[in-house]
Parts: sequence; C-alpha cells; structure tokens
Amino acid sequence: MENIRNFSIIAHIDHGKSTLADRLIMRTGVCDLRSFKDQMLDNMDIERERGITIKSQAITLPYQAKDGKTYTLNLIDTPGHVDFSYEVSRSLASCEGVLLLIDAAQGVQAQTLANLYLTMEHDLEIIPVINKIDLPSADVDRVIEQIDSELGLDPDTHLKCSAKDGTGIDDILEAIVTRVPPPKGDDKAPLSALIFDAHYDSFRGTVIHCRIMDGTVRTGDIIRFMFNHAVYRVEETGHFLMTRQKRNQLSAGEVGYIIAGVKTVSDVSIGDTITLEDRPCNKPLPGFKEVKPVVFASIYPIASDDYKDLSDALEKYKLNDAAFIYEKDSSVALGLGFRCGFLGLLHLDIVQERLEREYDLSIILSVPSVRYRFTLKDGTVKYVDNPAHYPGVMSIEKSEEPYIRASMMMPDRYVGSVMNLCMEKRGTNSTMNYPSPGRAELIYEMPLAEVVYDFYDRFKSVTQGYGSYDYDLIDYRQSSLVLLDILVNGEKVDALSQIVHRDRARARGVQACDRLKDEIPRQMYKIAIQGAIGGEIISRSTISAFRKDVTSKCYGGDITRKRKLLEKQKKGKKRMKMIGSVSIPQSAFLAVLKSDSD
Amino acid sequence: MMQEKNAAGLYIHIPFCVSRCAYCDFFSITNTGLIPRFLDALFKEIEAYHQDFPGFDTIYLGGGTPSVLSVSQIETLLARVRGAFTILPDPEITIEVNPADWERGDLEELHGLGINRISIGVQSLDEKELILLGRRHNPEQAMNAIEDVCHAGFENISVDLIYGLPGQRLDRWIDTLQKALSFNPSHLSCYELELKPDTPLGRRYKKGEFSLQSEENLRVFFMQTSEFLEQAGYIHYEISNFAAGMKMASRHNQKYWDHTPYLGLGPSAHSYNEGRRWWNHESLTDYCRDLEISKMPVGDSEVLDIEQLKLETLFLGLRMKKGIDLAQYRSMYGCDLMKERGPVLKQWADAGFIEIDGGFIRPTLSGMAVADALALL
Repeated sequence: MENIRNFSIIAHIDHGKSTLADRLIMRTGVCDLRSFKDQMLDNMDIERERGITIKSQAITLPYQAKDGKTYTLNLIDTPGHVDFSYEVSRSLASCEGVLLLIDAAQGVQAQTLANLYLTMEHDLEIIPVINKIDLPSADVDRVIEQIDSELGLDPDTHLKCSAKDGTGIDDILEAIVTRVPPPKGDDKAPLSALIFDAHYDSFRGTVIHCRIMDGTVRTGDIIRFMFNHAVYRVEETGHFLMTRQKRNQLSAGEVGYIIAGVKTVSDVSIGDTITLEDRPCNKPLPGFKEVKPVVFASIYPIASDDYKDLSDALEKYKLNDAAFIYEKDSSVALGLGFRCGFLGLLHLDIVQERLEREYDLSIILSVPSVRYRFTLKDGTVKYVDNPAHYPGVMSIEKSEEPYIRASMMMPDRYVGSVMNLCMEKRGTNSTMNYPSPGRAELIYEMPLAEVVYDFYDRFKSVTQGYGSYDYDLIDYRQSSLVLLDILVNGEKVDALSQIVHRDRARARGVQACDRLKDEIPRQMYKIAIQGAIGGEIISRSTISAFRKDVTSKCYGGDITRKRKLLEKQKKGKKRMKMIGSVSIPQSAFLAVLKSDSD
Repeated sequence: MMQEKNAAGLYIHIPFCVSRCAYCDFFSITNTGLIPRFLDALFKEIEAYHQDFPGFDTIYLGGGTPSVLSVSQIETLLARVRGAFTILPDPEITIEVNPADWERGDLEELHGLGINRISIGVQSLDEKELILLGRRHNPEQAMNAIEDVCHAGFENISVDLIYGLPGQRLDRWIDTLQKALSFNPSHLSCYELELKPDTPLGRRYKKGEFSLQSEENLRVFFMQTSEFLEQAGYIHYEISNFAAGMKMASRHNQKYWDHTPYLGLGPSAHSYNEGRRWWNHESLTDYCRDLEISKMPVGDSEVLDIEQLKLETLFLGLRMKKGIDLAQYRSMYGCDLMKERGPVLKQWADAGFIEIDGGFIRPTLSGMAVADALALL
C-alpha cells in the first residue's frame, strides 16, 4: 500500500485535462502513442468531439520514481460537465490527491472553484498545476496570485507544465509520489469498497470500477451491495491498464475492477459500498446519493414501425448508462414512445446523438420538462414531469417547481448583464462576492425550468464565453404554473406542450410560434401555428403554402441527377414526423426551447 | 418488368458552341477545331452500338449547338446512323439550331436530309434579356431565323424560351410569347430559368449583382404561361412543353419521361435500357481517347432498384398532363399506387393538386407547379 497513489485531475473545461492524462499515460509507458490513440478513439466519438469526459475512467500507471522504487499510480478521470457532478464526487472519494489544473491564459474559472470545493470535502492533497505555459497569452504570475487569493491555496505548491509539449511532466509524476499520501486502510479488515463507476461489457456483463477502502476481495468471494442489497459471486478482479489485467485479488488502497455476473449497470449504484456477505463491514461508506434525473422528455420513433427497434436500442443503451431512465409513454400526436429522464440537457443531447449514431434510429424528442409538484384539492401530492399529465386546473390546490442554486463566475464587467439575465430567469436571493479584483461571483436561486430552458447558451453569450457556472438542486417552491399548448392547424400537438410560469406564458407562446415557423418547412398547405392556455389562443403564426418547385429540365436524358436530388430530399423528409397533414422536423421540438440570442 | 416497349430513341450530343451562354451548364466546348476528331470518335461509337437496339423511331441532335456543324457534316452523320441502325418508318428527326447559324438554303438542305423537326434556341425576344443570358443573337435575328425555318419547309417547329429571369416583368414575357406565336410554331418549350452555380450567371448572382424572382412570381409566370398558351390552342403536355395538338408533342423527349429505352451518343450523353442507365464522359478528350483505343466512353452507370424506378415514375409522371398510368404502374411494380398511397393522394385530390380519373393520376396546373414536392409523397 505504501507504493500506491490514487489521484485525479480536475479542471475547468478545456484547461487541458485529457491532454495531461494522455501525457502521463505515455510517459509511464503503459502504451505507445499509436495504440493509445487507437484505443482512445474507439472509446466514444461524442466525448472526443465535444471535448468533455462523460464517463469516469480509471487507469493504473506503473512509475519508477527517483527514489528507485516502483509506484502504482491510479489515475481516476472524472466527468467534466455540470450534469455529472455526483459522479465527480464519487471519483474524488476514491482518491487521496488531485492535480488541480489551471489554464495559464484563462486562469481560475467557476468549475475550477466548484471542483476545488468538492475536493476540499474529501480532504485531498491538492497540487495546483498551471498548464499551457507555452501559450503566448500565458500569464503565470496572475494565476499564481489567483491560486493564493481565489483558491486559498499555498501558491508555493504550484507546478508548471505544458501538457502539449511535455514540459514539466516528470515534476508532476514526482509530486504525485512525494506529496499525495499513500492510501490508508487495513487489508485484514472486513471489505468495504467504493463503487465510482461501472460499464457494460457485452461478454462479461457489468464491470464495476471500485476503490478498496478496507479488506480484500478475491475471485470466488460472495459480495453484497449495501445499498442495493444485492448479492453476487466474484468472477474476476483486476487492474485497468490499457486493457483489463486480471489479478487474484484487490486489497485495501487499490483501484480496480470487479466482475461478478451483474447483468446491467443499472443494477449498480455509483457510490454504493461493496462488502463481503459472510463478513460485512459495520456501515456503508459515506456520501452515497441516489442519482435522480432532473430533465424529462419523451422519445418517439419518427416511423412508428421503428418502435420495436427503439425499444431494443433503449434497452441496450441503458445497459451502460445507469443515470438514464425510461418507461413507456404514448402521445396522441406522436404515437408510442418512451418517457425518459436525464441528468441535464447535455445528457439528453448525448443520449439522442448516441441513439441516432450507434443505433441508426430517427427519433423525435418532445419538449423537455422538469418535474413539477402539484398538491391537489383532495390533499394528494402529484409529481408531474410530463405536460400530458398536467392535472386539471380546477383540481390544483398548490403548484410548486424545483429550484436550484446557481453559482456563476465572471469578469466583473459582465455582472450587470448576468444579473439582468438571472432576473429575467426569475432568479432570487442573490449574493455577490468579489473573490479577487476584477472577478465576480454571483449566486442566485432560480427555477430549474428556467435553467433547463436556455440559460446556459444565454449565459455564455452575455459573458462572451468568459463566464462559467455550476448548480445544485435545492428545493421545491410555490409557483403559478399553467399549461401552454401548441396547435398545428388546429390540432393540439401534445409533445409540444409545456408547463410554464404564468407570467412567462405569453412570451413563451409567442416564441414557440415564431420558432416553429422557422423550423417547419413550407408545405402544400398553409399551416397555422397557435399557442393556447386552456381554451384561449395567446399567440399565432402562419407558414404560407409551398406553391412552386424549380422545374429543372428533364431533358437530354439525365434523369439520374434530378432523381438523386429528390432522393436526398426524401431522406430529409424521413426525418420528419407527420402530424395530421403537416410534416414536423425533429429540430422543431427542441427549437421551441432555444433562445433568440443567435 | 418493363411494359411492352415503345421503340427506342437516339440522342446525339454535339458538344460545341461558338460561345457559352451565361446560364447553361450542359457540356460543351468552344474549340470547334476539334470537330473532325469528335466526328471520328462519334462514328466509332455508332458502330459499337449497332446491334444493341432493335430500332429507333426518333433521332435527336442536341447540344451544345448542332448548328455549328456544316450541312455536309450532318449529312455524313445521318448516313452513318442510318447505316448502323434500323430507323423505323415515320421517324421524328429533330435538330437544335441556334438562330443565325444557318442560311435559309442550309435549312432547306437539312429538310431534304429527312430532318423534320427543328428546335430553335430563341430563349427571349427581348434585347436586354438576350444580353443577360449571353446569347449571340438579337431579337431580330431570332425572328428572321424562325421565319427562315418556316420557309424552308419545316412543319414541326419548336421555339425554346426561358422565363423567370432576374428582373423580368410578366408583361415582357407575355410580349415575347406573343411575338413567338405570330409564327404559329407547332411547339413551344418554356423553361423556368434555373440558376446553376458554375455558370457566369450563377457567379454573378453569388456576388449579389441581382436578386432572383420570388417563388410567388415564378408561380405567376408559370400559371400565366400555361393559361396564355392554352388559350392560344396549345396543349400544356409537360411542365415546360406546349404543343399544337398531341401529334406535335416531342415524341423523343417523351421517351425520357416514361422509361422508354434511349441511346445517347457523344460526350456526357445519357442512355437508358431495361432499368440500367449509363452516361458518357463529360469531357471531349476522355470521350475521344476511349473510342480511339476502341473502348466504350462510358463514365459511369447505375442499375435502378425498384424504389428508384418508382420514384422516377412518380416525378416524371407528375410532370406530364397525361399523368401516371395506374394500370401500368401495377404491372411494372406489382403493387397498387392507390393502395400504397391512397390517403395522401386523396388529400391532394381534395386540395386540387391532382385528379384521379380513368385509371390515371393527373396533375392539375397547380399540381404541375409543385410536381417535385408531390413526387416525394
């Protein structure tokens, strides 16, 4: 155990976390550059493209230090988006130290700080690392000052590196060995192991990523998940190198995997404690939280024949994403589908993209919603995350909506515009801090629905990209809510309905009509789009009829070119949903939520 | 799979123009010095196909500008064609001519060669419009050319016109139509200007030099053209084509629209037979080079699957007044279009885009205006 170091890298988005991780992996010689890239590319296109880590990943790096001893460095990668902050906390609970990576040009950002707070809860050794010192715009002195004034860390403890060109990597590895404490724990004690991630392997079932806190787990042991109360027999344990390396056992302090015939990742809860059935530990490890989705939307196949395929795809997808939940749903306008829960809009985007890309499905998503709470006159309390289940107005005694606490950080010149935005988003109870000259931190309590709506894009836009934010759910608060319906040619499209705050209903209705007007292509008939509350029409727009094609020549026998053009259009049409006589494209449903800023 | 076959059509692409027009993206080159080399290659191509088609009842010399050839070159060409292929009785033999290329005497000679249909590329009878289009002739030359063709003994004369030009006014267009009608042509082709990016006009548009006609305006042009010409006694038998009686409709062009076999010779020419379409290199050099080493100058080909054939049947059928023959559709594809697409078709019939009548689905005038959209069902 003396020779084990468990650490994580935390950073604001784009501060170079993956590049540094790549660099450490190559420097310790786990694999050469080529096979590394090949391996990583296989992992998940979307992560690569968006530059964020969605799933935690762990890798064991053997490192021969300057003291001549060989150390086992376990790097536990953490997800990098606000939607996944609980997963981050469980990964951190598996470590003794972190590299807090800060971009030399951008300095400390909101997520740097948010991650630091998380780290502090776990009492970890923090090594500030200033990255990208090779940039012409690097301002190392300013970052050192921020480490002192904003992060409250000893500025003398910082390291400097350029993950891109490899400068400073050896110093980082040495610092991990000398400054991160070895794990504590007793390998003779009853087993307690923290689950920080799980992934699905089509041959072996669920592969559980865990950190052994106390005790030892061996092949053949009967283990128990303390929260889920499930019991399994261990089939295999081992370490993560570039591939899984089988070991006979995992002992206190180690990070590795357990395969135990667990069918799906949903049977495993991140943060749960694994112990031995016949010799259990006294109590589970602290910090467990059940992950609950906060954003809900229905998914429908565009062609109703694809319902079975969608059902199969969701089942398969779910194998690898425990945070995603779904159940059967049906819509008058869109037919059979599934109501799904997500951790946030990014999570929703990822699920949609993966279903389309990996399962080759054309799907429609209904307008996303949060989960509202209605107390009815008869005293029953009803949670509603689907506008289709909005209780009758007359039966509602009290309406409530979930609130969050958002913490936003920005250069102080943007404070005015961010405050305006937060007020527009019904923000209350604001506090403002100036952690250092020129930088402001704003904290607001806001309805989650407003944040889901288009807050992130607007916030980025008013701060010209300099702002960053993070949020926590806090509670439910009373709110005046109404159901906004959208009618297309007089027909209600239930998948476009939204529950909205009464004061916002009119503006939202107008916006929805304008949006749909832009998104729905002109068709052979005039299309009327209306927003309605109860029976009252509050907004409308009209899409004029399509009346003339370009009558390109079909002459000289080149029919092929024209047919190909039509085939292309036909393919585009397949990605639209017929509602009554109107084809509505996939994009229309989400566009209803998008802001006007662009 | 095909219905009882109509006789095939023969198309010959003459890829030369004295100058390129501003809107045209058909394949042509201006180096007329290459004509002899081209003709040698073309004769080889004719020989190569001589056994493949049982006979043709239409021949169409298009381009490019066939009238850049001399009358004697045309004579030789037709002799080669007649030597290699069976030309069925009462053929329709068309040639496209550019106004002012040929004298009246030349035209008479052409008539003597058995050419019985002339398509004159007039495009407009408005001076400014002709300049915009980059045509070589002026209105007067065009009028004289039509006059010459009439006097040379041709009864089947088609006048090609373009409408929907940037800034064009409807009254100017109707004026052009009226002038054209003064010659009583047996046929008119009225094309909507289609702006192609790789043409001088397309590039000028991209630079923002002018704006295009609105969709609503184009519809007005389209509807007015149809009304005007139908009132004058013409049948609007295809989106862009009008004939003084169906006997005067282009027999050759109709083959393209109903999957009748056709053989296209010359660079960039397309051919179709038995569900297969192939096309020659869109390069005179590649075309000649291949034939000179006794290789077929085919650039590429495709075998149409049933979905593609169906789509073509729909979009081509909906361009024609006679519409889609439901019985023929059934016999070709083994399925009933009304059963497959009944509700949509019914909806369109109710909305006045099509008429379902006597075993045909026929586009109305409003339907023709959106034929492509209708074909996507």
